[in-house]
Amino acid sequence: MDYKTGRVAGVNGNLVKVKFDDTVIKNEVGYILVGEEKLKGEVIRITGEVADLQIYEDTSGIKVGDEVRFTGELLSVELGPGLLTQVFDGLQNPLPQLAEKCGFFLQRGVYLEAIPDKEWEFTPSVKKGDEVAGGDTIGSVQELMFTHKIFVPFTLPGVWTVDSIVEKGVYSAHSTVAVISNQKGEKKELSMVITQPVKVPIKCYEERVRPDEPMVTKIRLIDTFLPVAKGGTYCIPGPFGAGKTVLQHLTSKNADVDVVIIAACGERAGEVVETLKEFPELIDPKTGRSLMERTIIICNTSSMPVAAREASVYTAVTMAEYYRNMGLDVLLLADSTSRWAQAMREMSGRLEEIPGDEAFPAYLESRIAEFYERAGKVRLRDGSYGSVTIGGTVSPAGGNFEEPVTQATLKVVGAFHGLSRERSDARKYPAIDPLDSWSTYEGVIDKKEVDYAYSFVRRGSEVGQMMKVVGEEGTTLEDYIIYQKGEFVDSCYFQQNSFDPVDATVTIDRQKHVFSVLLDILSSDYQLKDKKDARNFFNQLRQRFLDWNGTPENKPEYEKGEKEIKAFFEARKR
Amino acid sequence: MQKVYTKIESIVGNVISVKADGVRSGDLAEVTTSTGKSYANVIKLDGDLVSLQVFSGASGISTGDSVRFLGVPMRVSFSDNLLGRVFDGAGKPRDNGPDLEDNMIPIGGPSVNPARRIVPKNMIRTGIPMIDVFNTLVESQKLPIFSISGEPYNQLLARIAMQAEVDIIVLGGMGLKYDDYLFFRDTLNASGALSRTVMFIHTAADPTVECTLVPDLSLAVAEQFALQGKKVLVLLTDMTNYADALKEMAITMDQVPSNRGYPGDLYSQLAARYEKAVDFEGAGSVTILGVTTMPGDDVTHPVPDNTGYITEGQYYLKHGHIEPFGSLSRLKQNVNKDTRADHRALMDGMIKLYAAYKDSLEKKSMGFLMSDWDEKLLKYGELFEKELMDLSVNIPLEEALDRGWKILSQCFSPEETLLKSDLIASYWPK
Repeated sequence: MDYKTGRVAGVNGNLVKVKFDDTVIKNEVGYILVGEEKLKGEVIRITGEVADLQIYEDTSGIKVGDEVRFTGELLSVELGPGLLTQVFDGLQNPLPQLAEKCGFFLQRGVYLEAIPDKEWEFTPSVKKGDEVAGGDTIGSVQELMFTHKIFVPFTLPGVWTVDSIVEKGVYSAHSTVAVISNQKGEKKELSMVITQPVKVPIKCYEERVRPDEPMVTKIRLIDTFLPVAKGGTYCIPGPFGAGKTVLQHLTSKNADVDVVIIAACGERAGEVVETLKEFPELIDPKTGRSLMERTIIICNTSSMPVAAREASVYTAVTMAEYYRNMGLDVLLLADSTSRWAQAMREMSGRLEEIPGDEAFPAYLESRIAEFYERAGKVRLRDGSYGSVTIGGTVSPAGGNFEEPVTQATLKVVGAFHGLSRERSDARKYPAIDPLDSWSTYEGVIDKKEVDYAYSFVRRGSEVGQMMKVVGEEGTTLEDYIIYQKGEFVDSCYFQQNSFDPVDATVTIDRQKHVFSVLLDILSSDYQLKDKKDARNFFNQLRQRFLDWNGTPENKPEYEKGEKEIKAFFEARKR
Repeated sequence: MQKVYTKIESIVGNVISVKADGVRSGDLAEVTTSTGKSYANVIKLDGDLVSLQVFSGASGISTGDSVRFLGVPMRVSFSDNLLGRVFDGAGKPRDNGPDLEDNMIPIGGPSVNPARRIVPKNMIRTGIPMIDVFNTLVESQKLPIFSISGEPYNQLLARIAMQAEVDIIVLGGMGLKYDDYLFFRDTLNASGALSRTVMFIHTAADPTVECTLVPDLSLAVAEQFALQGKKVLVLLTDMTNYADALKEMAITMDQVPSNRGYPGDLYSQLAARYEKAVDFEGAGSVTILGVTTMPGDDVTHPVPDNTGYITEGQYYLKHGHIEPFGSLSRLKQNVNKDTRADHRALMDGMIKLYAAYKDSLEKKSMGFLMSDWDEKLLKYGELFEKELMDLSVNIPLEEALDRGWKILSQCFSPEETLLKSDLIASYWPK
């Protein structure tokens, strides 16, 4: 193979200085040869005749004078049929295959093929003589439940002519299915697998459109009050232990999208394992197939090399864009973007750049903005629509949202689901703070009605604050009832019992129905003697409502429960 | 490769540099001074200039002292001979036993492939209701005790270590007071657990660099025992001292500090250690219980804060008991579904009521009239603290659950507890 070379001139943590012999491209990939091992790295700075490489592996054992080989290619991922159900590390190394090869531990310097050389039934969609450009479809295969389109590489410039294309039939993923050439006489062989630099967004669509369709998560507080749109962005900041990952995990199970990509970035390995073991067992009610069949996991957990953590979110979003271009709705869940930002900080420190706020690099905000801007709903060349929705958790230091990563994220997202320590301490799930959080997207329930319910929560919380100062005896009965109604919305609608099979996931139809009953309760006036009477009334009503929340819709108890609730509160109506 | 270099170019903090060829990053070297020998490891290469971190500290080193590169990274001996022994942070015996040099294994090895991990599923019973009922400890969990100086965290650690059913205990002490070291040794000895214990002890008086090696030594040894099929419990006390040692070293090496002087990679450093907790399929497991003291009782301090994001929960030890708020075992739901049908609901219900009790208590302290409901909550809170929270309570899980129902029935009517009706029907004391 043809490559340019260099020699190691210095080692500082995972930053290696390399004296290069010829020329070098910024951000190209290079390998350091340490004994038998090849360690992958990326050129991140060039000064004089020295290139600084950030190495994606443990650097111990490297010595001055070791040989370096430059590939001339930017850090890329392979895209093609067979990505679904896979588990990769941040550099797209398939982890289960790595385990087969290396056992319990992650041995460094082992790079395996991301796309298995499986055979697929290929159906061509162009013929000899057709003109194609980067991002055009040349055929398709059936990958699990999706029609997986085979594209001309997205980064290929100019117009090309199809010289030959194979007949419909079974071919292996890496074999040539078409040959194209351009006017300059260059020829290219295309297989079902293409490579795409991870830091270059995939375009090749007609236009970006406004995200207008809600993405249902089956979490009442989100779907009804703080909705997220397909193609939108949202963030979940919260202190540790507030339930960020649990929320992401449930969303990855329940969201009504086609493909879910989970980027476990610098977080606990154990959490990924739960997903890994659980998803193949779970059946997606929408498709009747295993949840794993719509999932890709990119997992660069906290003890894996830091530089690869930085790459992992890009790897994930590139795959998301790829499936989007097939006209699918893709959800990318990044947990946690703070770890990604910290990886940038570590590298910036090694490069001795002038630090910004809390030692984060000055380019932190623009990198975060670039990342979230890769979400969006697009109209594709064939007129269909696809979307990438990005939900990122943020782990602010000390749970304080006034820190660089949270603030930079809030500037660019469309919805903010802030988790609060108080709510999680009180075991309120989801611990999203209903008053601080916001969403700019439209939900499934009329905005006016939502605002009406919200007003009770807001006023109720004000009364609650006031009661802390003036006491219950200093509060009017009228205010006290508002307070009780606010608490009622919180405990019966905002909160869900995540352990209860029925209450844990609530369909949109059920949400609409339950919400209408809730509105009825809120808008009624009741005959209540005093505060004790009011408290008792709401306690009893709440007990009935919670039992009802736990009743499946297809059982007779569901209607019975509803009738009982209605009878109970209507009897006390004024 | 056994060449001796006798010209030291610079000595800054604990870091010395020499000009040498063919040295590998991470290699170990031996520095011989007039007062004795010390190990050092290579932390930076720049051309032919090699920077080394001296384990016993650089004070007393002369520019003419000799440096010999050993051509291997830092390692520790691993065999059953370790059991019952005490070592320091450089892996040298601290007791009067012989130096061990057989079967040397590298420390700080690669992390476990997530695809080979399994979901932890075995509860570790401790007899402490605040742990067993509310925040169950699970095999292969990594969990710190958040505390402040003066709290009995080492006592709690020792008690859990002895009551938990494990095969091997590895104690890593960092910046430990000498008295605390003696306490651990004597307590483990008295319970007969010393013969299945390995200790790596760095006391407050020992060199800073050795402090940073203790977790790696302890975990490398623990991992090997686990691969042999043993259930290993690693106790690390106190991880704040470890982080402070990292800080000291980073600052002397002119690294840009991120938050309160701590290096930007504090999270990654802590995570690389805690993530060694694992349950090996078909072999043993490593469970890590750490202590993180919070300077000024401030949980937002960088050390407890970063720790909390890494570990699978935390126990807050405050005023001599484990606080129900803030304490969390993230793995509890893996095991508490199989204990008893009422476990989860009772756990949540009792905590919600305890939160309401705290509100009433605040109202009371501000001099407001107490409603009937407040009075009930006050009674409940008092009983809860006395009969479940007190650390002297030592009862099995089932008895603790029964006690919980009893406390509820003494204070409330069934519907006031907000527990689901079917549970009330089966467990409410008649």
